[in-house]
Amino acid sequence: MPKHVIVIGAGPAGLETSANLAKLGIAVTLVEKEESTGGHVKQWHALFPALLPGTEALDAIRKGMPENVRVQNKTTVTGIEAVNNYFTVSGHNGWQEKADAIVFATGFQLFDARRKEEYGYGIYENVITSADLEEMFATGKSLVNRHGNKPERIGFVHCVGSRDEKVNNLHCSKVCCITAVKQAIEVKQMLPEAEVFCFYMDLRMFGRHYEELYKEAQEKYNIQFIRGRLSESAEDQDGNIVLKVEDTLLGKPLRIKAGLLVLMVGMEPLAGTKSLADKLGLTKVPDGFIQPADEVLQSNFTELPGVFVAGACSGPKSVSDTLADARSAALAVAGFLKL
Amino acid sequence: MTFDLFVLPFFLGLLFLLAVLFIKYSRWIAMMSGPDRVKAGMALFSVGMLKTMWEVFLESLLHRKMFKRNPLLGYMHMSFALGWFLLIVMGNLESRVYSGGHINPPYYPIFLKFFIHDKRVLPFEIFTLPGFFRFTMDLILLFVLSGLVLAIFKRTRSRWFGMKRATKHNKLDKWAITSLWLIFPMRLLAESFTAGLYKGGGFITNSLGSIFDAVLPLQYLAYPAWWAYSTMLGVFFVTLPWSRFMHIPTEVMLIYLRNAGIKQGKYPGSFAELELRACPRCGVCIDVCQMNDAGLNGSTAVYFIRALRENRAEVQLNSNCMMCGRCLEACPVGIDTLGLRVGARSVDNIMVASDFSYLLPQPSVKRKADVVYFAGCMGHLTPGVKNAMQKIFKNAGVNYNFIDKDGSICCGRPLKLAGLKDAASKLTDENTLKILETRADLLVTSCPICYKIFSDDYKLKGMQVMHHSVYIDKLVTEGLLTLQPSALRAVYHDPCELGRGSGIYLEPRNVLKQIAEVAEVAEHGVNSLCCGGSIGELGMNSTQRNTIRDGALKMLCEPQPDVLVTACPLCKKTFDSGNQVAVKDIAEMVAESMTINRQPVNNKELVEA
Amino acid sequence: MEKKARQFGYTITRDRQIDYDANKHDISKIVAAAEPSLNLCISCGTCSATCSAALFTDFSLRHVILLLRRGETSGLAKEVAKCMLCGKCQLVCPRNVSTRNLIIQISKAVIPAQL
Repeated sequence: MPKHVIVIGAGPAGLETSANLAKLGIAVTLVEKEESTGGHVKQWHALFPALLPGTEALDAIRKGMPENVRVQNKTTVTGIEAVNNYFTVSGHNGWQEKADAIVFATGFQLFDARRKEEYGYGIYENVITSADLEEMFATGKSLVNRHGNKPERIGFVHCVGSRDEKVNNLHCSKVCCITAVKQAIEVKQMLPEAEVFCFYMDLRMFGRHYEELYKEAQEKYNIQFIRGRLSESAEDQDGNIVLKVEDTLLGKPLRIKAGLLVLMVGMEPLAGTKSLADKLGLTKVPDGFIQPADEVLQSNFTELPGVFVAGACSGPKSVSDTLADARSAALAVAGFLKL
Repeated sequence: MTFDLFVLPFFLGLLFLLAVLFIKYSRWIAMMSGPDRVKAGMALFSVGMLKTMWEVFLESLLHRKMFKRNPLLGYMHMSFALGWFLLIVMGNLESRVYSGGHINPPYYPIFLKFFIHDKRVLPFEIFTLPGFFRFTMDLILLFVLSGLVLAIFKRTRSRWFGMKRATKHNKLDKWAITSLWLIFPMRLLAESFTAGLYKGGGFITNSLGSIFDAVLPLQYLAYPAWWAYSTMLGVFFVTLPWSRFMHIPTEVMLIYLRNAGIKQGKYPGSFAELELRACPRCGVCIDVCQMNDAGLNGSTAVYFIRALRENRAEVQLNSNCMMCGRCLEACPVGIDTLGLRVGARSVDNIMVASDFSYLLPQPSVKRKADVVYFAGCMGHLTPGVKNAMQKIFKNAGVNYNFIDKDGSICCGRPLKLAGLKDAASKLTDENTLKILETRADLLVTSCPICYKIFSDDYKLKGMQVMHHSVYIDKLVTEGLLTLQPSALRAVYHDPCELGRGSGIYLEPRNVLKQIAEVAEVAEHGVNSLCCGGSIGELGMNSTQRNTIRDGALKMLCEPQPDVLVTACPLCKKTFDSGNQVAVKDIAEMVAESMTINRQPVNNKELVEA
Repeated sequence: MEKKARQFGYTITRDRQIDYDANKHDISKIVAAAEPSLNLCISCGTCSATCSAALFTDFSLRHVILLLRRGETSGLAKEVAKCMLCGKCQLVCPRNVSTRNLIIQISKAVIPAQL
C-alpha cells in the first residue's frame, strides 16, 4: 500500500514539502484553510534581497506540482489523533483522512500592531504596517497621506512585536530588518524626493546579500538609519506622525515628524498551531513555535515519531530558508517511512 | 477568707501586664507630636468620645466587620471578646452581692466561686439576685466556650469560616493562645469541681459538679484546678504585650486616637507603633492579597506588620506590595496597611535624593478654557484614550484645554507611594501652579493615579477635579452626549486607585450600561483585583507581575465578555499585554458609541490653542 | 602603561577614555544584586525617549545604566536624582527591566560614594 502523508498548511513550506514528497512517490494531502495556496507570500509584492516578485516565486514553487498531491482547501484542521501506526486528521468541515506521517507547515501569523497602542496603529491614519505597505505596492496604490499628499518623510520602525517582552514576544523575527531596507528602497524608488528613516535597535543583516542591500540603501538611496526604538507616537494637526525616540548614538531624545509611519510587524506563532500541538501531545511548544527534537541535528523532527515540522511554524524564517527547510523535511519524512 | 496563694499567678501577671502597658503607652504618648497630644487630650472630653465608645463596642466587642465577612467567624470572635468582657462585668457585679459593694481586690470577683459557696439558691432559680447572677455567669461561660469549640474547629476547617489560609503563628503567639484557650475550660472545671463539693454553682457548673463528684475524687482536684485557672490567666497576661493579643488594649486606643483625628506623619511614629500592635493577626488579609499568586505569601499585610513590629522588616518585604488596598478594605481593625507600607519605605528610601531644580518656570497658558484636560504620563502611552477624550470634548461642545498634550511632569503619586514624600510634594507644588494658572473651573484627568493625588493632596482652590469616567457620566446626564447601545457584552474592571482609592464605582458603570450589556464578575467593586501593573509595587519581577495579571484576567474573563472595559491607562496596558481579551477604556467605548452632534452644543471656540 | 607611554614619547589623555580596569565595579554589583534586571538592558533607548524628566533635562536611564556597568559612577547620584519615578519607562521597556526599582537601588548604592 502506498504511503500517505498529510501536510498542514499550503504556504511555501507546505507546497515545497508536498512537491518533494510526491516526487519520492508518496501520496500527499495538502490541507489549506484558505481557498488558494501560497500563504503569506500571496500578499508579498517582492521578496528580498533581489526583489523577486512574490507571485513569480509562488508560480515557480507551484509549477510542476506532481499529480499525487491532492489539495484539500477551505479546511481548517481541528483534530489530530495518533492511532497505532497512523494518524487521523480531521477538519472543521467534517473532512477526515488517515496518514502514515504528518507535517506541520502551518507557518506564522503577523503581529497585530494594535497591540502596541503607543505606536498609534488603528488610531492614527498615517500609521501603517509593513504588510499594508506591501499590499499598497502590490495593488499599485500610490503612497499618499490622508490629505492626498505625497509624504515628504517616511519612517520605518523595526522590531514591532518582536524582541518585545511587553507583548510576550522575546524572539527576533529575522526578516523585518531586511524587509525594512527593501521597502525603504521601494518607497524611495516611488518617491525619490522623500526622506526615509529606519529606526532600529540592531540591524540584523545575516543573510546572503542582505548587507549588500543595506549598503545599497545608503549609497544609492540615502536612507538614514537611526539607532533608537520608538517609545510612542502622536499626531499633529496636519495628520503627521510625531515620533519620540532616543538617538542612542548621540545620547539625545529625538522628536521627528513623518508623513507616513511604517511598522515592521514581526512573526508570531499561529494560535491554532499551539492548540493542535497540544491535542497531539507535543510538549515542546514553549512560546507557541514548535520546538524540533533537536535544533541542530533534527530540525524537522519533533519529539513524536511521524510528526514533522517545515517552515516558520518552528520559528521565523525567510522564504528561502523556508523552502530549504521544506525540502529537508520531505527527506526526513521519506527516511521515516523507509522509502 | 478573701485570699489564697493560688491567686498569685493571676494577680502578679495582671500587675505585670498593667505595668508594661503603662510604660508602653506612656512612651507612645511621649513620642506623639505636640499638636497630636493636644488633639488626643481634647477628644477625651468631646462628643466624639461617645462615637468612639460605640465604635469600640461594635468592633472590639461585637466584631461587626468580622460578621460581615463571615457570620461564623464573627460569632467566634464575638464570643471570646464580648463573652469575656461580660464575664468580667457580671462577675464584678455578682461579687458585690457578697461583699456589700466594698472595693475588692481584682482577684476576688475572678475567683468568687472559690471564696463564696452560696447554697441558698437552686441552680435554676433565676429570680433572686444571687440566682440570676449564677445563672447568667454560667450562660456567659457557655457562650465563651462555644467560641472556643469553633476556634478549635477553625484550625482544620478554616474554609467554614470563609478563610482559605490561616495565619502561621510564631512561638510566642502559640503560647499565648494556648493559655487563652485553657483559661475558660479551666474556669469551668474549677467552678464545677467546687460546685460538686459545696453546691452553689449555676445550671452548668452544678450539674457538671454532681457528675464529676460521682466519678472523681473532687476533694483532691478542686484546689489544683483553681491553681491551673489562675496560672493560665497569669501566663496569658505575661505573654500578652509581646503577642498578637496586645491588640485587645491597643485596638481601643487606636479607635480613640483615629477618631481624635490623628494620622500617621511623614515618618512612622507612635501612631504607626500603635497600629502595628492593634493587628490581631486574624489573617483575614491573607486570602485577599494577590501577592500569594506571585509566590510572595510572606508579604501579605499580617506578616508585613508582624515583621515591622519585631523590627525585622526588610527592604524587599516593604517593596513587595502593589498598594491595591484590598487588605485595607478587609481589615476588621481598620489598620492603615498602606500607610504603614509607605512609612516603612520612607525609612528605607530616606537617603534617596531627588533634585527637580531643572523644572524651570513654565510658559503661561495663554488660552482660557472652562475645562483643563490632563492625560497623565501613562495616558501618553494609550493614545486611544486621549484621542477618545478629545473627540468627546469636541462632540459635547466643551471649551477645553489639553494641558499636557506635549507631555508633563509626573503628578507625584508614584514618588509618594515609594515613601519619597518630600520629592512628591515638589512635583505637587509645581503642577498646582501650572494647573491653577489655567483659571479653569474643572480639571479632568484620564489617570486614576493622578486623580487620587489631585483630590487627596493638591490644593486647587476653586477648581473641581474629576476622573474622566465621572465627567463623561455628567456629560451624558446633562444631555451633552447621547450614547447608542450596542450588542457588546462587557465586563468592567475597577482600577484600584479609582475604586478603593477614590470610591468611584457607579459612574463608569452608569455610562457603560448605556453602551453595552455589563456582566459583573465575582471580584468587583471594593473587591476588585489589581491588574498587576501597579506603580505602588517596587520589588516584583515581570514574571511575578504577569502571574498576577493572568490571575486577574482569568477571573475577569469568566463571563466571556467581548470587551474588558477599564478606566485606567495602566490597567489597560497591563491587561492588553496579557492578550486574552479586547481591552478598552470607558472613554474609548463612549467615543465609539456616541451620536455625533452635527453642530457643537455651544458656540465657544473649540479649536485647541 | 602610562609610564611606558611617556617613555616612548606619547602622553595619553586619561579623561578621554573609560579606564575600565581602574574603575570600581562594586556599585554595579550591589545594584545588580538588588535589581537583577539591570543586566537585561539592551540600550534600545525607549526609556529615554519616553522619559518625563527628559522633556526638561538631559536625564537618560539608558546612559545611566551604561555608565554604571562601565564603572563610571562619579556622576550617577546627580543623574538619578532627576527621575520622577513616573513609571513610563517601565511600561515601554522591551526587556521588562524594573526601571523604577533600578533607579531607587542606584540612588541608594551611590550614597557611600557621595559621603
